Amino acid sequence: MLDQVIHSAGERSDRAWPGDGVTRVPYWIFQDRDIYAAEQKRIFQGRSWNYLCLSVEVKNTGDFIATFVGDTPVIVVRDADGELYAFENRCAHRGALITLEPRGNTKDFTCVYHAWSYDRQGNLKEVAFKDGIKGKGGMPASFCMQQHNPRKLRLAEAFGIVFGSFSNDVVPLEEHLGEEIYTRIGRVMGGRTPVVLGRYTQALPNNWKLYMENVKDSYHASILHLFFTTFELNRLSQTGGIIVDPTGGHHVSFSAIDVNSAKNNEKNNENNNEKDNEYAEQNIRSDSEFKLADPSLLESFKEFPDSVTLQILSTFPTFVLQQIQNAIAVRQIVPRGVDRTDLHWTLLGFAEDSPEQRLIRLKQANLVGPAGYISMEDGCVGGFVQRGIAGAAGEQAVIEMGGAGTDSSESRVTEASVRGFWKAYRAQIGI
Amino acid sequence: MTDVIGLLNHVQSAYARCIDNGNLEAWPDFFEEDCIYKITTADNYAQGLEAGVIFANTKGMLRDRVASLREANIYERHTYRHLLGQAWIVSQDAGEVRCETSFLVARIMRDGTTDVYATGRYIDVYRLNGTTPKLRERIVVCDSSRFDTLLALPL
Repeated sequence: MLDQVIHSAGERSDRAWPGDGVTRVPYWIFQDRDIYAAEQKRIFQGRSWNYLCLSVEVKNTGDFIATFVGDTPVIVVRDADGELYAFENRCAHRGALITLEPRGNTKDFTCVYHAWSYDRQGNLKEVAFKDGIKGKGGMPASFCMQQHNPRKLRLAEAFGIVFGSFSNDVVPLEEHLGEEIYTRIGRVMGGRTPVVLGRYTQALPNNWKLYMENVKDSYHASILHLFFTTFELNRLSQTGGIIVDPTGGHHVSFSAIDVNSAKNNEKNNENNNEKDNEYAEQNIRSDSEFKLADPSLLESFKEFPDSVTLQILSTFPTFVLQQIQNAIAVRQIVPRGVDRTDLHWTLLGFAEDSPEQRLIRLKQANLVGPAGYISMEDGCVGGFVQRGIAGAAGEQAVIEMGGAGTDSSESRVTEASVRGFWKAYRAQIGI
Repeated sequence: MTDVIGLLNHVQSAYARCIDNGNLEAWPDFFEEDCIYKITTADNYAQGLEAGVIFANTKGMLRDRVASLREANIYERHTYRHLLGQAWIVSQDAGEVRCETSFLVARIMRDGTTDVYATGRYIDVYRLNGTTPKLRERIVVCDSSRFDTLLALPL
Protein backbone atom coordinates (compact mmCIF):
# COMPACT_ATOMS: atom_id res chain seq x y z
CA MET A 1 0.00 0.00 0.00
CA LEU A 2 2.81 2.36 0.91
CA ASP A 3 4.64 1.89 -2.35
CA GLN A 4 1.33 2.33 -4.14
CA VAL A 5 1.00 5.78 -2.62
CA ILE A 6 4.59 6.68 -3.46
CA HIS A 7 4.18 5.26 -6.91
CA SER A 8 1.08 7.29 -7.71
CA ALA A 9 2.41 10.44 -6.05
CA GLY A 10 5.50 10.34 -8.21
CA GLU A 11 3.83 9.46 -11.46
CA ARG A 12 0.38 10.98 -11.41
CA SER A 13 1.29 14.14 -13.30
CA ASP A 14 2.09 11.98 -16.34
CA ARG A 15 -1.18 10.14 -16.15
CA ALA A 16 -3.35 11.98 -18.63
CA TRP A 17 -4.97 10.40 -21.68
CA PRO A 18 -3.16 11.56 -24.81
CA GLY A 19 -5.58 13.69 -26.82
CA ASP A 20 -9.33 13.31 -27.17
CA GLY A 21 -9.54 10.18 -29.22
CA VAL A 22 -8.85 6.50 -28.99
CA THR A 23 -6.18 6.11 -31.67
CA ARG A 24 -3.50 6.35 -28.98
CA VAL A 25 -3.51 4.30 -25.80
CA PRO A 26 -0.95 5.09 -23.10
CA TYR A 27 0.95 2.10 -21.78
CA TRP A 28 0.60 3.08 -18.11
CA ILE A 29 -3.05 2.04 -18.46
CA PHE A 30 -1.76 -1.58 -18.34
CA GLN A 31 0.66 -0.98 -15.47
CA ASP A 32 -0.78 1.40 -12.92
CA ARG A 33 -2.15 0.00 -9.66
CA ASP A 34 -4.36 3.04 -9.11
CA ILE A 35 -5.94 2.42 -12.48
CA TYR A 36 -6.50 -1.21 -11.54
CA ALA A 37 -8.26 -0.16 -8.34
CA ALA A 38 -10.33 2.43 -10.20
CA GLU A 39 -11.42 -0.22 -12.71
CA GLN A 40 -12.68 -2.49 -9.95
CA LYS A 41 -14.75 0.32 -8.49
CA ARG A 42 -15.99 2.18 -11.53
CA ILE A 43 -16.28 -0.59 -14.11
CA PHE A 44 -16.79 -3.94 -12.43
CA GLN A 45 -18.67 -2.62 -9.41
CA GLY A 46 -20.13 0.23 -11.38
CA ARG A 47 -22.84 0.37 -14.02
CA SER A 48 -21.83 -2.75 -15.90
CA TRP A 49 -23.30 -6.16 -16.63
CA ASN A 50 -20.79 -8.88 -15.88
CA TYR A 51 -20.91 -12.50 -17.01
CA LEU A 52 -21.43 -14.80 -14.01
CA CYS A 53 -22.27 -18.28 -15.28
CA LEU A 54 -24.70 -20.22 -17.41
CA SER A 55 -28.18 -20.79 -16.07
CA VAL A 56 -27.81 -24.51 -16.78
CA GLU A 57 -24.86 -24.69 -14.38
CA VAL A 58 -27.18 -23.76 -11.51
CA LYS A 59 -30.26 -25.61 -12.69
CA ASN A 60 -31.71 -27.15 -9.53
CA THR A 61 -32.79 -25.66 -6.23
CA GLY A 62 -29.71 -25.19 -4.07
CA ASP A 63 -27.22 -25.38 -6.94
CA PHE A 64 -24.54 -22.75 -6.55
CA ILE A 65 -21.41 -21.67 -8.36
CA ALA A 66 -18.54 -19.48 -7.21
CA THR A 67 -17.58 -16.88 -9.80
CA PHE A 68 -16.12 -13.39 -10.09
CA VAL A 69 -17.05 -9.84 -11.01
CA GLY A 70 -13.73 -8.23 -11.75
CA ASP A 71 -11.60 -9.62 -8.95
CA THR A 72 -14.51 -9.70 -6.49
CA PRO A 73 -15.59 -13.24 -5.56
CA VAL A 74 -19.33 -13.82 -6.03
CA ILE A 75 -21.75 -16.68 -5.36
CA VAL A 76 -24.67 -17.43 -7.71
CA VAL A 77 -27.31 -19.75 -6.27
CA ARG A 78 -30.80 -20.96 -7.14
CA ASP A 79 -33.31 -20.71 -4.31
CA ALA A 80 -36.50 -22.73 -3.77
CA ASP A 81 -38.56 -20.09 -5.59
CA GLY A 82 -36.71 -21.08 -8.77
CA GLU A 83 -34.98 -17.70 -8.98
CA LEU A 84 -31.25 -17.06 -9.12
CA TYR A 85 -29.59 -14.88 -6.52
CA ALA A 86 -26.06 -13.56 -6.37
CA PHE A 87 -24.05 -11.97 -3.62
CA GLU A 88 -20.46 -11.40 -2.66
CA ASN A 89 -18.55 -14.45 -1.52
CA ARG A 90 -17.47 -12.48 1.55
CA CYS A 91 -18.69 -12.96 5.07
CA ALA A 92 -20.23 -9.79 6.52
CA HIS A 93 -18.41 -10.48 9.77
CA ARG A 94 -14.68 -10.47 9.09
CA GLY A 95 -14.51 -10.88 5.35
CA ALA A 96 -13.65 -14.56 4.86
CA LEU A 97 -14.88 -16.41 1.81
CA ILE A 98 -18.35 -17.78 2.49
CA THR A 99 -17.84 -20.84 0.31
CA LEU A 100 -14.58 -22.47 -0.66
CA GLU A 101 -16.19 -24.83 -3.17
CA PRO A 102 -16.29 -23.88 -6.85
CA ARG A 103 -19.72 -25.53 -7.30
CA GLY A 104 -22.19 -27.51 -5.28
CA ASN A 105 -25.67 -27.78 -3.87
CA THR A 106 -26.65 -26.39 -0.50
CA LYS A 107 -29.51 -25.37 1.77
CA ASP A 108 -27.56 -22.45 3.14
CA PHE A 109 -24.02 -21.11 3.53
CA THR A 110 -21.98 -21.07 6.68
CA CYS A 111 -18.70 -19.22 6.99
CA VAL A 112 -16.03 -21.56 8.36
CA TYR A 113 -14.40 -18.83 10.43
CA HIS A 114 -17.10 -18.08 13.05
CA ALA A 115 -20.09 -19.96 11.62
CA TRP A 116 -22.11 -16.93 10.58
CA SER A 117 -24.65 -18.35 8.19
CA TYR A 118 -26.62 -17.05 5.23
CA ASP A 119 -29.67 -18.20 3.33
CA ARG A 120 -29.63 -18.73 -0.41
CA GLN A 121 -30.54 -15.10 -1.02
CA GLY A 122 -27.48 -13.85 0.82
CA ASN A 123 -29.30 -12.81 4.02
CA LEU A 124 -27.49 -13.23 7.33
CA LYS A 125 -29.57 -15.72 9.35
CA GLU A 126 -27.42 -16.84 12.23
CA VAL A 127 -24.54 -15.53 14.26
CA ALA A 128 -22.88 -18.16 16.44
CA PHE A 129 -23.14 -17.36 20.18
CA LYS A 130 -25.07 -14.23 19.29
CA ASP A 131 -26.55 -14.06 22.78
CA GLY A 132 -23.36 -15.22 24.46
CA ILE A 133 -23.06 -18.15 26.83
CA LYS A 134 -24.91 -18.10 30.15
CA GLY A 135 -25.65 -14.45 29.73
CA LYS A 136 -22.04 -13.50 29.18
CA GLY A 137 -20.44 -12.31 25.96
CA GLY A 138 -22.43 -12.18 22.73
CA MET A 139 -23.33 -9.38 20.39
CA PRO A 140 -24.77 -6.13 21.76
CA ALA A 141 -28.56 -5.86 21.74
CA SER A 142 -28.28 -3.12 19.15
CA PHE A 143 -26.79 -5.52 16.60
CA CYS A 144 -29.23 -5.96 13.71
CA MET A 145 -28.60 -8.94 11.46
CA GLN A 146 -30.63 -7.44 8.61
CA GLN A 147 -28.05 -4.69 8.29
CA HIS A 148 -25.17 -7.11 7.81
CA ASN A 149 -25.26 -8.89 4.50
CA PRO A 150 -22.69 -9.34 1.77
CA ARG A 151 -23.39 -6.97 -1.08
CA LYS A 152 -26.05 -8.35 -3.42
CA LEU A 153 -26.08 -8.21 -7.20
CA ARG A 154 -28.84 -7.58 -9.69
CA LEU A 155 -29.20 -10.43 -12.13
CA ALA A 156 -30.44 -10.73 -15.69
CA GLU A 157 -30.26 -13.44 -18.30
CA ALA A 158 -29.78 -13.42 -22.04
CA PHE A 159 -30.48 -16.79 -23.65
CA GLY A 160 -29.38 -18.75 -20.58
CA ILE A 161 -26.30 -16.61 -19.94
CA VAL A 162 -26.42 -15.05 -16.48
CA PHE A 163 -25.12 -11.52 -16.01
CA GLY A 164 -24.85 -9.62 -12.75
CA SER A 165 -24.39 -6.03 -11.68
CA PHE A 166 -23.52 -4.36 -8.41
CA SER A 167 -25.27 -1.23 -9.64
CA ASN A 168 -28.89 -0.42 -8.85
CA ASP A 169 -29.24 2.04 -11.68
CA VAL A 170 -27.65 0.10 -14.53
CA VAL A 171 -29.84 0.04 -17.65
CA PRO A 172 -31.68 -3.26 -18.32
CA LEU A 173 -29.42 -5.94 -19.80
CA GLU A 174 -31.17 -6.08 -23.17
CA GLU A 175 -30.88 -2.33 -23.57
CA HIS A 176 -27.27 -2.42 -22.38
CA LEU A 177 -26.37 -5.00 -25.04
CA GLY A 178 -28.42 -3.43 -27.81
CA GLU A 179 -30.37 -5.32 -30.43
CA GLU A 180 -27.47 -6.19 -32.75
CA ILE A 181 -25.47 -7.84 -29.98
CA TYR A 182 -28.46 -9.38 -28.22
CA THR A 183 -29.75 -11.12 -31.34
CA ARG A 184 -26.30 -12.53 -32.10
CA ILE A 185 -26.08 -14.05 -28.64
CA GLY A 186 -29.46 -15.56 -29.42
CA ARG A 187 -28.18 -16.82 -32.76
CA VAL A 188 -25.73 -19.12 -30.93
CA MET A 189 -27.54 -19.85 -27.67
CA GLY A 190 -31.23 -19.37 -28.40
CA GLY A 191 -33.86 -22.12 -28.50
CA ARG A 192 -31.71 -24.94 -27.21
CA THR A 193 -30.19 -26.32 -24.04
CA PRO A 194 -26.45 -25.85 -23.54
CA VAL A 195 -24.41 -28.68 -22.05
CA VAL A 196 -21.02 -28.04 -20.46
CA LEU A 197 -18.48 -30.24 -22.24
CA GLY A 198 -15.45 -29.14 -20.26
CA ARG A 199 -13.80 -26.29 -18.39
CA TYR A 200 -10.29 -25.01 -17.86
CA THR A 201 -8.50 -21.85 -16.90
CA GLN A 202 -5.71 -20.17 -18.79
CA ALA A 203 -3.46 -18.00 -16.64
CA LEU A 204 -2.37 -15.02 -18.73
CA PRO A 205 0.77 -13.05 -17.84
CA ASN A 206 -0.77 -9.71 -18.71
CA ASN A 207 -3.28 -7.03 -17.86
CA TRP A 208 -6.90 -8.01 -18.57
CA LYS A 209 -7.37 -5.20 -21.09
CA LEU A 210 -4.65 -6.61 -23.33
CA TYR A 211 -6.71 -9.76 -23.67
CA MET A 212 -9.88 -7.79 -24.43
CA GLU A 213 -7.99 -5.80 -27.06
CA ASN A 214 -6.86 -9.06 -28.60
CA VAL A 215 -10.40 -10.47 -28.68
CA LYS A 216 -11.66 -7.36 -30.43
CA ASP A 217 -8.77 -7.13 -32.84
CA SER A 218 -9.87 -8.55 -36.18
CA TYR A 219 -6.71 -7.19 -37.82
CA HIS A 220 -4.38 -9.76 -36.20
CA ALA A 221 -6.49 -12.87 -36.72
CA SER A 222 -5.21 -13.98 -40.10
CA ILE A 223 -1.67 -12.72 -39.51
CA LEU A 224 -0.77 -14.14 -36.11
CA HIS A 225 -2.84 -17.30 -36.44
CA LEU A 226 -1.40 -19.21 -39.35
CA PHE A 227 -3.46 -22.30 -38.68
CA PHE A 228 -6.68 -20.36 -39.19
CA THR A 229 -5.60 -18.74 -42.41
CA THR A 230 -3.95 -21.67 -44.11
CA PHE A 231 -7.08 -23.75 -43.99
CA GLU A 232 -9.19 -20.81 -45.12
CA LEU A 233 -11.28 -20.81 -41.99
CA ASN A 234 -10.76 -17.11 -41.95
CA ARG A 235 -9.27 -14.79 -44.51
CA LEU A 236 -9.70 -11.08 -44.43
CA SER A 237 -10.90 -11.38 -48.02
CA GLN A 238 -13.69 -13.78 -47.09
CA THR A 239 -17.02 -12.10 -46.59
CA GLY A 240 -17.58 -10.90 -43.09
CA GLY A 241 -17.23 -7.82 -41.03
CA ILE A 242 -17.33 -6.33 -37.62
CA ILE A 243 -20.15 -4.83 -35.65
CA VAL A 244 -19.41 -2.32 -32.92
CA ASP A 245 -22.33 -1.18 -30.78
CA PRO A 246 -22.89 2.54 -30.21
CA THR A 247 -21.18 2.50 -26.79
CA GLY A 248 -18.14 0.87 -28.39
CA GLY A 249 -17.93 -1.70 -25.62
CA HIS A 250 -19.55 -4.65 -27.37
CA HIS A 251 -18.52 -6.15 -30.64
CA VAL A 252 -19.05 -8.98 -33.08
CA SER A 253 -16.49 -10.09 -35.61
CA PHE A 254 -17.76 -12.60 -38.12
CA SER A 255 -16.84 -14.31 -41.31
CA ALA A 256 -18.95 -16.32 -43.67
CA ILE A 257 -18.54 -18.54 -46.65
CA ASP A 258 -19.04 -16.31 -49.62
CA VAL A 259 -21.72 -18.40 -51.34
CA ASN A 260 -21.43 -16.59 -54.66
CA SER A 261 -17.67 -16.85 -54.66
CA ALA A 262 -17.84 -20.55 -53.85
CA LYS A 263 -20.20 -21.12 -56.76
CA ASN A 264 -17.97 -19.21 -59.13
CA ASN A 265 -14.89 -20.85 -57.82
CA GLU A 266 -14.42 -23.33 -60.63
CA LYS A 267 -15.26 -20.85 -63.36
CA ASN A 268 -13.28 -18.02 -61.94
CA ASN A 269 -10.05 -19.18 -60.44
CA GLU A 270 -8.37 -15.89 -61.23
CA ASN A 271 -10.42 -14.19 -58.58
CA ASN A 272 -9.14 -16.61 -55.97
CA ASN A 273 -5.57 -16.19 -57.06
CA GLU A 274 -5.98 -12.49 -56.73
CA LYS A 275 -7.02 -12.92 -53.10
CA ASP A 276 -4.06 -15.13 -52.38
CA ASN A 277 -1.75 -12.57 -53.94
CA GLU A 278 -2.90 -9.96 -51.47
CA TYR A 279 -1.21 -12.03 -48.79
CA ALA A 280 1.87 -12.79 -50.85
CA GLU A 281 2.42 -9.13 -51.64
CA GLN A 282 2.33 -8.21 -47.97
CA ASN A 283 4.99 -10.82 -47.36
CA ILE A 284 2.85 -12.30 -44.63
CA ARG A 285 3.79 -15.85 -43.85
CA SER A 286 0.12 -16.89 -44.00
CA ASP A 287 0.32 -18.09 -47.58
CA SER A 288 2.50 -21.13 -46.95
CA GLU A 289 1.30 -24.59 -47.91
CA PHE A 290 0.25 -26.82 -45.08
CA LYS A 291 -1.77 -30.02 -45.22
CA LEU A 292 -3.40 -31.99 -42.43
CA ALA A 293 -2.73 -35.72 -42.12
CA ASP A 294 -6.19 -36.04 -40.60
CA PRO A 295 -8.48 -33.35 -41.98
CA SER A 296 -11.41 -34.66 -39.92
CA LEU A 297 -10.48 -31.90 -37.48
CA LEU A 298 -12.02 -29.40 -39.86
CA GLU A 299 -15.13 -31.35 -40.77
CA SER A 300 -18.13 -29.50 -39.49
CA PHE A 301 -21.88 -29.83 -39.47
CA LYS A 302 -24.41 -27.23 -40.43
CA GLU A 303 -25.57 -25.72 -37.18
CA PHE A 304 -27.03 -22.38 -38.20
CA PRO A 305 -29.37 -21.30 -40.99
CA ASP A 306 -26.87 -18.67 -42.16
CA SER A 307 -23.41 -19.29 -43.64
CA VAL A 308 -21.47 -17.65 -40.81
CA THR A 309 -18.61 -19.97 -39.84
CA LEU A 310 -17.06 -17.70 -37.23
CA GLN A 311 -18.63 -15.31 -34.78
CA ILE A 312 -16.58 -13.83 -31.98
CA LEU A 313 -18.77 -11.70 -29.75
CA SER A 314 -17.64 -9.70 -26.75
CA THR A 315 -19.51 -7.58 -24.28
CA PHE A 316 -18.06 -4.93 -22.03
CA PRO A 317 -16.21 -5.40 -19.86
CA THR A 318 -15.07 -9.04 -19.85
CA PHE A 319 -17.28 -11.56 -21.64
CA VAL A 320 -16.71 -13.48 -24.86
CA LEU A 321 -19.05 -15.83 -26.69
CA GLN A 322 -17.28 -17.80 -29.37
CA GLN A 323 -18.51 -19.75 -32.37
CA ILE A 324 -15.69 -21.10 -34.49
CA GLN A 325 -17.39 -23.52 -36.84
CA ASN A 326 -18.99 -25.88 -34.29
CA ALA A 327 -16.66 -25.01 -31.42
CA ILE A 328 -18.86 -23.03 -29.04
CA ALA A 329 -17.48 -21.61 -25.81
CA VAL A 330 -17.91 -18.81 -23.35
CA ARG A 331 -14.87 -17.08 -21.92
CA GLN A 332 -14.82 -15.09 -18.71
CA ILE A 333 -11.92 -12.75 -18.14
CA VAL A 334 -10.98 -12.28 -14.48
CA PRO A 335 -8.35 -9.66 -13.54
CA ARG A 336 -5.96 -10.96 -10.88
CA GLY A 337 -3.69 -7.97 -10.57
CA VAL A 338 -2.11 -5.38 -12.84
CA ASP A 339 -0.24 -7.98 -14.89
CA ARG A 340 -2.16 -11.20 -14.22
CA THR A 341 -5.43 -12.38 -15.70
CA ASP A 342 -7.39 -15.61 -15.51
CA LEU A 343 -9.27 -16.68 -18.57
CA HIS A 344 -12.00 -19.16 -17.70
CA TRP A 345 -13.16 -21.27 -20.63
CA THR A 346 -16.42 -23.19 -20.64
CA LEU A 347 -16.78 -25.39 -23.72
CA LEU A 348 -20.34 -26.00 -24.81
CA GLY A 349 -22.40 -28.51 -26.69
CA PHE A 350 -26.16 -28.74 -26.72
CA ALA A 351 -28.58 -31.35 -25.43
CA GLU A 352 -29.87 -31.68 -29.00
CA ASP A 353 -26.46 -32.82 -30.37
CA SER A 354 -26.20 -36.23 -32.00
CA PRO A 355 -23.19 -38.39 -30.99
CA GLU A 356 -21.55 -37.55 -34.34
CA GLN A 357 -22.06 -33.84 -33.76
CA ARG A 358 -20.67 -34.13 -30.26
CA LEU A 359 -17.52 -35.78 -31.60
CA ILE A 360 -17.08 -32.96 -34.11
CA ARG A 361 -17.31 -30.45 -31.24
CA LEU A 362 -14.68 -32.38 -29.28
CA LYS A 363 -12.35 -32.37 -32.27
CA GLN A 364 -12.89 -28.70 -32.98
CA ALA A 365 -12.20 -27.92 -29.33
CA ASN A 366 -8.57 -28.41 -30.42
CA LEU A 367 -8.85 -25.01 -32.08
CA VAL A 368 -9.29 -23.14 -28.79
CA GLY A 369 -7.92 -22.91 -25.26
CA PRO A 370 -4.32 -22.96 -24.05
CA ALA A 371 -3.40 -25.63 -26.60
CA GLY A 372 -5.71 -24.29 -29.29
CA TYR A 373 -4.39 -24.28 -32.83
CA ILE A 374 -5.76 -20.77 -33.18
CA SER A 375 -6.01 -19.59 -29.56
CA MET A 376 -2.55 -20.58 -28.38
CA GLU A 377 -0.96 -17.38 -29.61
CA ASP A 378 -3.56 -15.22 -27.88
CA GLY A 379 -2.35 -16.63 -24.58
CA CYS A 380 1.18 -15.38 -25.07
CA VAL A 381 0.83 -12.23 -27.14
CA GLY A 382 -0.57 -10.21 -24.22
CA GLY A 383 2.51 -11.19 -22.23
CA PHE A 384 4.73 -10.07 -25.09
CA VAL A 385 3.12 -6.62 -24.84
CA GLN A 386 3.23 -6.53 -21.04
CA ARG A 387 6.96 -7.30 -21.13
CA GLY A 388 7.62 -5.09 -24.14
CA ILE A 389 6.18 -2.00 -22.50
CA ALA A 390 7.96 -2.54 -19.15
CA GLY A 391 10.02 0.63 -19.41
CA ALA A 392 7.64 2.61 -21.58
CA ALA A 393 4.83 3.85 -19.33
CA GLY A 394 4.88 7.21 -21.11
CA GLU A 395 4.74 5.77 -24.63
CA GLN A 396 1.58 4.92 -26.53
CA ALA A 397 0.05 2.20 -28.66
CA VAL A 398 -0.97 3.21 -32.18
CA ILE A 399 -4.49 2.05 -32.98
CA GLU A 400 -5.20 3.67 -36.30
CA MET A 401 -5.90 0.81 -38.69
CA GLY A 402 -9.15 1.70 -40.43
CA GLY A 403 -9.04 5.31 -39.24
CA ALA A 404 -10.07 6.88 -35.97
CA GLY A 405 -13.70 5.80 -35.74
CA THR A 406 -15.52 3.06 -33.90
CA ASP A 407 -18.10 2.19 -36.52
CA SER A 408 -19.18 -1.19 -37.80
CA SER A 409 -17.64 -2.15 -41.11
CA GLU A 410 -17.50 -4.83 -43.75
CA SER A 411 -13.73 -4.77 -43.63
CA ARG A 412 -11.93 -6.54 -40.88
CA VAL A 413 -8.67 -4.77 -41.71
CA THR A 414 -9.57 -2.34 -39.00
CA GLU A 415 -9.06 -1.73 -35.32
CA ALA A 416 -12.46 -0.08 -34.92
CA SER A 417 -13.62 -2.49 -32.23
CA VAL A 418 -10.39 -2.05 -30.27
CA ARG A 419 -11.00 1.70 -30.38
CA GLY A 420 -14.58 0.95 -29.37
CA PHE A 421 -13.34 -0.80 -26.26
CA TRP A 422 -11.31 2.25 -25.28
CA LYS A 423 -14.23 4.56 -25.98
CA ALA A 424 -16.43 2.57 -23.58
CA TYR A 425 -13.59 2.23 -21.09
CA ARG A 426 -12.89 5.94 -20.99
CA ALA A 427 -16.58 6.75 -20.57
CA GLN A 428 -16.99 4.27 -17.74
CA ILE A 429 -13.85 5.13 -15.82
CA GLY A 430 -13.90 8.85 -16.48
CA ILE A 431 -10.41 9.21 -17.87
CA MET B 1 4.15 -59.13 -14.44
CA THR B 2 7.75 -58.11 -13.82
CA ASP B 3 8.52 -58.29 -17.51
CA VAL B 4 5.57 -56.08 -18.32
CA ILE B 5 6.62 -53.47 -15.77
CA GLY B 6 10.08 -53.51 -17.29
CA LEU B 7 8.64 -53.03 -20.77
CA LEU B 8 6.38 -50.19 -19.64
CA ASN B 9 9.12 -48.40 -17.75
CA HIS B 10 11.32 -48.62 -20.78
CA VAL B 11 8.77 -47.27 -23.23
CA GLN B 12 7.61 -44.53 -20.83
CA SER B 13 11.17 -43.37 -20.28
CA ALA B 14 11.63 -43.28 -24.04
CA TYR B 15 8.39 -41.26 -24.37
CA ALA B 16 9.56 -38.65 -21.85
CA ARG B 17 13.03 -38.51 -23.38
CA CYS B 18 11.54 -38.03 -26.83
CA ILE B 19 9.54 -34.95 -25.80
CA ASP B 20 12.19 -33.51 -23.48
CA ASN B 21 14.85 -33.81 -26.17
CA GLY B 22 12.61 -31.97 -28.60
CA ASN B 23 12.23 -34.88 -30.98
CA LEU B 24 8.52 -34.30 -31.41
CA GLU B 25 8.40 -35.92 -34.84
CA ALA B 26 8.97 -39.30 -33.16
CA TRP B 27 6.31 -38.73 -30.50
CA PRO B 28 3.30 -40.04 -32.51
CA ASP B 29 5.10 -43.36 -32.96
CA PHE B 30 4.48 -44.20 -29.33
CA PHE B 31 0.82 -44.56 -30.31
CA GLU B 32 -1.20 -47.08 -32.29
CA GLU B 33 -2.83 -45.84 -35.50
CA ASP B 34 -6.26 -45.93 -33.86
CA CYS B 35 -5.50 -44.18 -30.62
CA ILE B 36 -6.95 -41.71 -28.19
CA TYR B 37 -4.79 -38.94 -26.78
CA LYS B 38 -6.42 -36.44 -24.53
CA ILE B 39 -5.21 -33.79 -22.11
CA THR B 40 -7.79 -32.83 -19.54
CA THR B 41 -8.13 -31.71 -15.94
CA ALA B 42 -8.83 -33.74 -12.81
CA ASP B 43 -12.07 -31.76 -12.39
CA ASN B 44 -13.31 -32.58 -15.87
CA TYR B 45 -12.26 -36.18 -15.50
CA ALA B 46 -13.98 -36.58 -12.14
CA GLN B 47 -17.18 -35.04 -13.46
CA GLY B 48 -17.15 -37.12 -16.62
CA LEU B 49 -16.87 -34.04 -18.85
CA GLU B 50 -15.65 -35.11 -22.25
CA ALA B 51 -13.81 -32.09 -23.60
CA GLY B 52 -10.24 -31.34 -22.69
CA VAL B 53 -7.40 -29.15 -23.77
CA ILE B 54 -6.27 -31.53 -26.50
CA PHE B 55 -8.28 -34.35 -28.07
CA ALA B 56 -7.05 -36.68 -30.79
CA ASN B 57 -8.55 -39.95 -31.92
CA THR B 58 -6.10 -40.84 -34.68
CA LYS B 59 -2.34 -40.94 -34.97
CA GLY B 60 -2.75 -38.54 -37.88
CA MET B 61 -4.10 -35.91 -35.50
CA LEU B 62 -0.96 -36.31 -33.38
CA ARG B 63 1.21 -35.80 -36.45
CA ASP B 64 -0.84 -32.71 -37.26
CA ARG B 65 -0.26 -31.40 -33.76
CA VAL B 66 3.49 -31.66 -34.27
CA ALA B 67 3.34 -30.20 -37.77
CA SER B 68 1.32 -27.25 -36.51
CA LEU B 69 3.77 -26.63 -33.66
CA ARG B 70 6.64 -26.70 -36.13
CA GLU B 71 5.11 -24.72 -38.96
CA ALA B 72 2.15 -22.71 -37.82
CA ASN B 73 1.93 -21.84 -34.14
CA ILE B 74 3.76 -18.97 -32.52
CA TYR B 75 5.10 -19.44 -29.01
CA GLU B 76 8.31 -18.78 -27.15
CA ARG B 77 10.78 -21.60 -27.34
CA HIS B 78 10.78 -23.73 -24.24
CA THR B 79 11.51 -27.28 -23.14
CA TYR B 80 10.00 -29.71 -20.69
CA ARG B 81 11.56 -32.06 -18.19
CA HIS B 82 9.28 -35.00 -17.40
CA LEU B 83 9.70 -36.90 -14.15
CA LEU B 84 7.64 -40.07 -14.20
CA GLY B 85 6.62 -42.41 -11.41
CA GLN B 86 6.48 -46.16 -11.75
CA ALA B 87 3.59 -47.52 -13.77
CA TRP B 88 0.79 -48.90 -11.60
CA ILE B 89 -0.81 -51.78 -13.43
CA VAL B 90 -4.57 -51.66 -13.12
CA SER B 91 -5.33 -54.71 -15.21
CA GLN B 92 -3.66 -56.90 -17.75
CA ASP B 93 -4.63 -59.55 -20.27
CA ALA B 94 -2.74 -61.29 -23.04
CA GLY B 95 -2.56 -58.34 -25.39
CA GLU B 96 -3.29 -55.20 -23.36
CA VAL B 97 -2.30 -53.47 -20.15
CA ARG B 98 -4.18 -50.74 -18.36
CA CYS B 99 -1.95 -48.65 -16.13
CA GLU B 100 -1.55 -45.31 -14.42
CA THR B 101 1.62 -43.31 -14.02
CA SER B 102 2.25 -40.07 -12.12
CA PHE B 103 4.11 -37.30 -13.86
CA LEU B 104 5.64 -33.98 -12.99
CA VAL B 105 6.61 -31.68 -15.83
CA ALA B 106 8.88 -28.68 -15.38
CA ARG B 107 8.91 -26.02 -18.11
CA ILE B 108 12.14 -24.23 -18.88
CA MET B 109 11.85 -20.94 -20.77
CA ARG B 110 14.57 -19.35 -22.88
CA ASP B 111 15.55 -16.96 -20.10
CA GLY B 112 16.03 -19.87 -17.71
CA THR B 113 12.79 -19.46 -15.79
CA THR B 114 11.88 -22.94 -14.59
CA ASP B 115 8.45 -23.72 -13.19
CA VAL B 116 6.45 -26.75 -12.30
CA TYR B 117 4.20 -26.58 -15.32
CA ALA B 118 1.96 -29.58 -14.69
CA THR B 119 1.49 -32.55 -12.43
CA GLY B 120 -0.93 -35.38 -12.90
CA ARG B 121 -1.29 -38.92 -14.08
CA TYR B 122 -1.34 -40.77 -17.35
CA ILE B 123 -4.29 -43.14 -17.55
CA ASP B 124 -3.15 -45.51 -20.24
CA VAL B 125 -4.10 -48.50 -22.29
CA TYR B 126 -1.08 -50.13 -23.91
CA ARG B 127 -1.26 -52.73 -26.64
CA LEU B 128 1.74 -54.93 -25.95
CA ASN B 129 2.53 -56.11 -29.51
CA GLY B 130 4.93 -58.69 -28.11
CA THR B 131 7.71 -56.58 -26.66
CA THR B 132 6.96 -53.21 -28.30
CA PRO B 133 4.07 -51.71 -26.35
CA LYS B 134 2.22 -48.86 -28.00
CA LEU B 135 -0.43 -46.58 -26.59
CA ARG B 136 -3.98 -47.29 -27.64
CA GLU B 137 -5.15 -44.64 -25.23
CA ARG B 138 -3.46 -42.00 -23.09
CA ILE B 139 -5.62 -39.70 -21.00
CA VAL B 140 -3.38 -37.05 -19.46
CA VAL B 141 -5.23 -35.97 -16.34
CA CYS B 142 -3.67 -32.78 -15.01
CA ASP B 143 -4.21 -32.22 -11.31
CA SER B 144 -4.79 -28.51 -11.80
CA SER B 145 -7.33 -26.81 -14.04
CA ARG B 146 -5.00 -23.87 -14.62
CA PHE B 147 -2.62 -23.77 -17.54
CA ASP B 148 0.00 -21.09 -17.53
CA THR B 149 -0.05 -18.97 -20.72
CA LEU B 150 -0.32 -21.84 -23.18
CA LEU B 151 0.20 -25.53 -23.71
CA ALA B 152 2.25 -26.10 -26.83
CA LEU B 153 4.43 -29.18 -26.35
CA PRO B 154 2.58 -32.41 -25.55
CA LEU B 155 2.61 -33.87 -22.05
